[in-house]
Amino acid sequence: MTTAAQPFLSVDGLSVTFPTEDGRVQAVDGVSFSVERGKTLAIVGESGSGKSVTAQAIMGLLDRRLSVVTGHAWLAGRDIVAMSDDEVRHERGSSMAMIFQDPMSSLHPFYRIGAQLSEAVLVHQKVSKHAAREQALDMLNRVGIPDPKTRIDNYPHQLSGGMRQRVMIAMALINSPSLLIADEPTTALDVTVQAQILELIGTLQQEYDTAVVMITHDLGIVADIADNVAVMYGGRIVESGSVDEIFYHPQMPYTLGLLASVPRLDQVRAERLDPIPGNPPSPISLPPGCVFQPRCAYFDRVAGHACQTVRPELLDIGRGHRVRCHLDSGQRDQVASDVLAALAGGGV
Amino acid sequence: MTDASSNDDQVLRVTDLRTYFPVRSRGLLSKTIGQVKAVDGVTLSVAPGETLGLVGESGCGKSTTGRTVLRLIAPTSGRIELDGDDITRMSAKQLVPLRRKAQMIFQDPYNALNPRHTVGTIIGAPFDVQSLNPAGGVRAAVQDLMERVGLNPEHYNRYPSEFSGGQRQRIGIARAVALRPKIIVCDEPVSALDVSIQAQIMNLLKDLQDDFGVSYLFVAHDLAVVRQIAHRVAVMYLGHIVELASREELYSRPLHPYTHALLSAVPLPDPRAQASREQIRLRGDLPSPINPPSGCVFHTRCFRAEERCTVEIPELREFSAGHTVACHFPMLEVIPGAVIEGPDSGLTPQPVPYIRPPSEVISDIAESGSLARAAGVDYVEGPDTPVPQ
Amino acid sequence: MSAYVVRRVLSMILLLALLSLVVFILFSLLPADPARLTCGKSCTPEIIEANRHRLGLDIPVFAQYWEFLKGLFFGRTYAANSPDPVQCSAPCLGYSFKRGEEVFVLIKERLPATIWLAFGAFVLWLVAGISLGIYAALRRGRWQDRTVMGVALVGYSLPSFFIGLVAIFFIIIRFQLLPFPSYVSPFENPLQFLQTMILPWIILATLYAAFYMRLTRNQMLEVLGDDYIRTARAKGLPERVVIRKHALRAGLTPIVTAAGLDLAGLLGGAIILESIFSLPGIGSLAVNSVNDADLPVIVGITLVAATFIIVANLIVDLLYAVIDPRVRLS
Ligand SMILES: Nc1ncnc2c1ncn2[C@@H]1O[C@H](COP(=O)(O)OP(=O)(O)OP(=O)(O)O)[C@@H](O)[C@H]1O
Ligand SMILES: Nc1ncnc2c1ncn2[C@@H]1O[C@H](COP(=O)(O)OP(=O)(O)O)[C@@H](O)[C@H]1O
Ligand code: SF4
Ligand code: SF4
Ligand SMILES: [Mg+2]
Ligand SMILES: [Mg+2]
Repeated sequence: MTTAAQPFLSVDGLSVTFPTEDGRVQAVDGVSFSVERGKTLAIVGESGSGKSVTAQAIMGLLDRRLSVVTGHAWLAGRDIVAMSDDEVRHERGSSMAMIFQDPMSSLHPFYRIGAQLSEAVLVHQKVSKHAAREQALDMLNRVGIPDPKTRIDNYPHQLSGGMRQRVMIAMALINSPSLLIADEPTTALDVTVQAQILELIGTLQQEYDTAVVMITHDLGIVADIADNVAVMYGGRIVESGSVDEIFYHPQMPYTLGLLASVPRLDQVRAERLDPIPGNPPSPISLPPGCVFQPRCAYFDRVAGHACQTVRPELLDIGRGHRVRCHLDSGQRDQVASDVLAALAGGGV
Repeated sequence: MTDASSNDDQVLRVTDLRTYFPVRSRGLLSKTIGQVKAVDGVTLSVAPGETLGLVGESGCGKSTTGRTVLRLIAPTSGRIELDGDDITRMSAKQLVPLRRKAQMIFQDPYNALNPRHTVGTIIGAPFDVQSLNPAGGVRAAVQDLMERVGLNPEHYNRYPSEFSGGQRQRIGIARAVALRPKIIVCDEPVSALDVSIQAQIMNLLKDLQDDFGVSYLFVAHDLAVVRQIAHRVAVMYLGHIVELASREELYSRPLHPYTHALLSAVPLPDPRAQASREQIRLRGDLPSPINPPSGCVFHTRCFRAEERCTVEIPELREFSAGHTVACHFPMLEVIPGAVIEGPDSGLTPQPVPYIRPPSEVISDIAESGSLARAAGVDYVEGPDTPVPQ
Repeated sequence: MSAYVVRRVLSMILLLALLSLVVFILFSLLPADPARLTCGKSCTPEIIEANRHRLGLDIPVFAQYWEFLKGLFFGRTYAANSPDPVQCSAPCLGYSFKRGEEVFVLIKERLPATIWLAFGAFVLWLVAGISLGIYAALRRGRWQDRTVMGVALVGYSLPSFFIGLVAIFFIIIRFQLLPFPSYVSPFENPLQFLQTMILPWIILATLYAAFYMRLTRNQMLEVLGDDYIRTARAKGLPERVVIRKHALRAGLTPIVTAAGLDLAGLLGGAIILESIFSLPGIGSLAVNSVNDADLPVIVGITLVAATFIIVANLIVDLLYAVIDPRVRLS
């Protein structure tokens, strides 16, 4: 049993590289964060920023022959990175579980959902097939599948996308894991269904006291369910902190850029949005200094071309808020207040 | 710009449009055993220089509407007028000259471009189809366009695979604006893009509208994106338009329960505001468009539904100037912070994707093929929702 | 399901009827005149005409076809009015005047050798092909993968008569590891049967296994990248369960299709190997009949082989529905 103050998952300097034909792909570089039971950490970033690879590294789902994982991921005090394949396998699906983006393709099309659920029980618990099926039925009930007695014998293709994601959640939580990693679980779903699924995850999180890592690119989802936020860019965490810190005191130019790019439902921005110029970096050829420098509007405020040559460190600026940027605190405040003022003033 | 219904200078006018897809039994002697009512009585119009947003959940018929008004799909009934010409029943040949006036941009920047053609060929295709020779030659015109949409004109001879998603979307846009059309149907043009790229593309679309006065029929499921770009917004549910209003009206004073539900389901990127909003939870699944509910199609999931809703189809009524809604009990009040739950309509049986046994020869001929080619589009995406067979 | 099977069987019969008609017409268009071939140099037009009548070839093609169909169900009598009528009992697939035998009987006698050859090789190549294919997929890009695929390529590209002759020369003649092949029924002399069959089995299996290795490997590689495999791993299933239960089942359908059709093809006779190893099977019968221009036998073999293929097709479709619940047979 971990106490509330002690994080259930604590990731420390996690790096992942893929040796490929085009060169070494540094997908994740020195990522650190932690999550307590009952709390939600949102990892937010654009596609290719390393969110899924981070999740798969924690779950031990990366093929060791095709990737190099370094650093630590402490799960209740034990380092997953240092475990053998078999040891991680025992943790997967029992103490930590994962749900994926596309519920359409994440269930095996040839097996009934009951069989797929019971299978998850049977690998980790010494129970009879009948008992496993009872657990599956109970879990389907909990995730709000109507008429579970019939649905348990359905094949995935007989269910809608939202229902399949519920089945995935049931499968992930059936062994009451303490950690749930959700990798963009609602990206493929409609907003109304997304709301149902997010609510369900929240309810079950309370019930099981689960630590949740929610991976998303949607700042709305972050605002809705997260306690803490880590913003990823080019394989690194560039800013992290409590949800209030990130939304109301953002400091890093990339985070500010993201906030300025999103169209808002509750207010009309200026006729033109203020997007971040350029494209996200390719992990094969990351810029030598700050990874965001080619798209940053403020790098010339930093003396001595540091942004082009020196990797900024993740700096703790208090209140649990950390920022990876060469700007000094005065400059950051200036930049932040400029951007936020422009946003607030843009309404029609 | 908002008063669209009275005068007749509309670029696009669609009246009571219906597009049904036959559901056939299989085998040698297949017969029609039902119909997917993908679009079921849609009326709308788009003024010059205006953007009409079309929003709704997956499968509600947005894309089908967009494709039907361009005649990429044959309408079942209704009337489509493009810049004053009735194109509802025109033949592919008659349509060719009108293709100059209407173009399309697709959602998937990866599949909408022919991978074997260079960017130059793709963007120049509309000139070829229309046998046009712009002053200075096609190449110069294409490079001009590339410059205009933010592509490097020197990449004229590159292939789509060498471009990122956002750049591919720019290629699609350049192709669409090549002939200075009056209207472009944009089918989820930014849905597949990252937030920062999405904003770039939306700005580009706005700039092109300012420069050329082009109109957009902007299909999207993201209500925030639509709010940013559209002048007027139509909300669709199961083949019907349930509410149509100016942007300001629709987002500040939505009247239809479904619009309310849709808006409240979108989480705001603002934790405090998000915590204090009206929350409406729709439950259950979208009903099947093969067998839509009686009366108001929304009644199975509506939290305001009454007896009357199950029998009487609500007409689209004008509530205030330019604000129409199809509901017997429109919502006039907003309750901040309240949580309202809809009835649970249960599970809709899912249409089973038909997988052919190996011996059945697959001989699908894209019926829209010739029409698409006339539009200078050589790649048409298939329906993005599973097609019931 | 059963309605589907009934419908498919009916359409199968229709297809076979059509096919036999086509075969009939094709053979009637051949320049070779079967009646002319019935007698040697000393032929007179009278003898040829008489033989033509005996063979039932003096009536129009469609009438011949009708006679053939009737014979299939009720048997038929050739040259009924002549002094020495030939009886061919139902199911009559024709009568070989060359051999003085009913075609059906000829084929029936030859079938066991072919069936033994086909099934034995089939089991061997499936086991070898699928397991090596999986092995290569799991060791993708490494030396094991390359070795297996290299061997597969060699096996794939060598012609069977070449391997067959080399094997006979070295194993049987040079080192005398096996006696000369001489087919007997396994119920008569199991040892001799095995000694005869082992080489053709292995050679045939090598040829086919090469293809199945590649097919299985590519299927596995494709399936292993699928999302539900990641889900299976995320559940904490042991890798061998992930491979066998989740990946293999998902990748099975094209393998089943290929296996069904290949087996059916072989049941129509493995011409080259049967000839090399002098196995009394359909394939060697076909070769001999072609050499002798024994048309009734050729027509009979063609029809039997086609029947195997058509039946295999139905079985493959049914298996598809068993493997993939999304396939609806209706
Ligand atoms: N060619 C077709 N044949 C049969 N049914 C079709 C076809 N195209 C679309 N449909 C059906 O028509 C309905 C509307 O489809 P449409 O693609 O217009 O939805 P949409 O609103 O664009 O959804 P999405 O948000 O997923 O793109 C769906 O039920 C769909 O399955
Ligand atoms: N198996 C792999 N081999 C090589 N590169 C990979 C592999 N998996 C992911 N990457 C790269 O790592 C980067 C991060 O990917 P990912 O974590 O999937 O991003 P996202 O933030 O969208 O989830 C991407 O550039 C991706 O191309
Ligand atoms: S370190 Fe320099 S380039 Fe990077 S975000 Fe800060 S100011 Fe911009
Ligand atoms: S008509 Fe009735 S069911 Fe339909 S939206 Fe209005 S209140 Fe709801
Ligand atoms: Mg991802
Ligand atoms: Mg669509």
